[in-house]
Amino acid sequence: MMLRNAAGRRAVATAATAVSLALALTACSGTTKDSKESGGAKAASSAKADPDAPLKKGLKIAFLPKQINNPYEKIVDEAGIEAAKEYGGTGKEVGPSDANASSQVSYINTLIQQRQDAILVAANDPNAVCGPLKQAMKKDIKVVAYDSDTAKDCRQLFINQASSEEIGRSLVRHLGEQIGYKGKVAILSATQNATNQNTWIEFMKEELKLPEYKEMELVKVAYGDDADQKSFQQTQGLMQAYPDLKGIISPTTVGIAAAARYLSDSSYKGKVVLNGLGTPNQMRKYVKDGTVEQFSLWNPEELGYLGSYAAAALASGQITGAEGEKFEAGKLGEYTIGKDGEVILGEPTVFDSKNIDTFDF
Amino acid sequence: MTTAPDTKAAPTPRAGSKPSPVRSLALRWDTAVGVLLVAVLVVGLGTTEGFGSAENLAFAFNDIAEVAIIALPMTLLVVAGQVDLSVASMLGLGSALTGALWEAGWAFETIVPVVLLVGVAGGLLNGWLVTKVGLPSLAVTIGTLALYRGLASVALGSDAVTDFPQVYADWAVDTTTVPGTFLTYPVLLFIVLAAVTAVVLHATGLGRSLFAIGSQEEAAYFAGIRVKRIKLLLFVVTGLFSAFAGVVFTLRYGSARADNGLGFEMLVIASVLLGGIDFDGGKGTLFGAVAGVLLIGVLKNLLTLNDIANEVQVIVTGLLLVASVLTPRVIATVVERRHRRAANTPAPQP
Repeated sequence: MMLRNAAGRRAVATAATAVSLALALTACSGTTKDSKESGGAKAASSAKADPDAPLKKGLKIAFLPKQINNPYEKIVDEAGIEAAKEYGGTGKEVGPSDANASSQVSYINTLIQQRQDAILVAANDPNAVCGPLKQAMKKDIKVVAYDSDTAKDCRQLFINQASSEEIGRSLVRHLGEQIGYKGKVAILSATQNATNQNTWIEFMKEELKLPEYKEMELVKVAYGDDADQKSFQQTQGLMQAYPDLKGIISPTTVGIAAAARYLSDSSYKGKVVLNGLGTPNQMRKYVKDGTVEQFSLWNPEELGYLGSYAAAALASGQITGAEGEKFEAGKLGEYTIGKDGEVILGEPTVFDSKNIDTFDF
Repeated sequence: MTTAPDTKAAPTPRAGSKPSPVRSLALRWDTAVGVLLVAVLVVGLGTTEGFGSAENLAFAFNDIAEVAIIALPMTLLVVAGQVDLSVASMLGLGSALTGALWEAGWAFETIVPVVLLVGVAGGLLNGWLVTKVGLPSLAVTIGTLALYRGLASVALGSDAVTDFPQVYADWAVDTTTVPGTFLTYPVLLFIVLAAVTAVVLHATGLGRSLFAIGSQEEAAYFAGIRVKRIKLLLFVVTGLFSAFAGVVFTLRYGSARADNGLGFEMLVIASVLLGGIDFDGGKGTLFGAVAGVLLIGVLKNLLTLNDIANEVQVIVTGLLLVASVLTPRVIATVVERRHRRAANTPAPQP
């Protein structure tokens, strides 16, 4: 960088001084990735599970979704809050209006101050929420991740809607059948770091490596940030960049609805197959007008219900989050905790013109 | 409140009548924001359980550490009649680079200065485009807002890098405080930087030059102030602080990402605006800006603790901002009318 004038030189000199000062301030030991301290705080609870303990009355639980104006998350959380009434507790939903990783952190801190008994979180980023969640567990507040997992040592349980592998692979399978296993496909996801999205996308890619998909090519993973307008524009962008696109998978309810809205009014309607995860009420119109043939989802109400009961079982000491422990989830019956504190709700449902009218959520 | 640095703001000379110093202080918006901040703190302590706990206060202030750090050079820029919208993108670039270099196996002690240098380079580019090419800072930094965020995405893609060294992560988080206080280390650092910035703005020739440039750039130039050099320096310092804020943010959340701090530029500018820094340049005190940042942070914390929905919080902030722009104008008009009336009435006969 050549600077001819004194002003520029002065500015650079100032900056260089600042930087060398910073250099002088930092220890010269050189901390790198490989010189890790063994400081991994494990949130292993030393508590004993008492399966026969009654569910405590008056438990306070809080749902912290990825963002509060997401219709799907609203269904999940409201069902969880209803479930809390069944066992004599109170539930509430709080959260940010954007799905940024850092936005959830201040809410967790607040819930700690309010001394909730359990926090249920759908993480926008598996690690950004870790610090405050560990704080919560230290204060004996139970932490349950649902819908989108946190790092494993930052929560006691993860309520998974269905096996991640099954979701990812089945979406590719369905799309493959629809387009005759041939052509360019794209994925429209939520945010770049959404834990659940990325896990499913990994499994989609795994499935696509199988020989029967050798003529299907994944050309792009686009991110609509779970924002309607951005998802709409990303779909538009995909179709402009790849006019011969044969299929789009959108494993997010916001994304698939926005993509369907764009396609239904465009010349691509009927030429490109859209599949993914959506809610029947949002997608009904597009199934009826032929934009979308089918999509999948689990029952979000059951997901919230299960999460709510799991949190209550934790807070009452019936379970600790260890593999093999069992608990009763009200009308859904008994569930067993799997590996890494994971509880799986069940199989995803496929919605199409034949069955969509039997669902209302 | 121990965080507001003591600034003896020299009231900027105004044409026309001079109101008494007491009255001018009482009528000043930055004083009003300071009073409002104290009022919110008192109300919070009195009404909300958990608000006054050391833990919560540590969190509430640490939560705005990066915004507060960037607001300092931003105040100087706005006083000089400039603005930098690329600060949040530079924060993101700093965060993304921290992650990318850490992944590549660099020592953290090497990464920090490199990231700071990138901040300086970004500031130089902004400053060069403004001073040498002669473009308005708003236009330039809207461009570099996109550019730096784009570079951040190139540096780290859609990954998130975590696992930073515990010793540095512990320095940034809100659970580590200066023994016996609720001050976290990023907040402590901010206090030191704020004190330095206050001295520069209100007690040095450079500070006076900033006010001069903001009031009347050409007059400042003919008065022998090196306008271009000072502007360039301001952008460089802003870039440097923003990149550093990126490192702090990364450590605090334990997650380096290209989209970190998305939209923060508006939060920084809102804080500065709320603190009564005039966007026409040439007016304002650092005390006001600091009070503005703290007010936004404390309000957010208090409203969240009371389960007030996010939408309402946004409305409250918006109303405060509108009030902060309107109130000084209204007061000025009222005062002026009163003076005019006073000038028109004949003096009482003894």
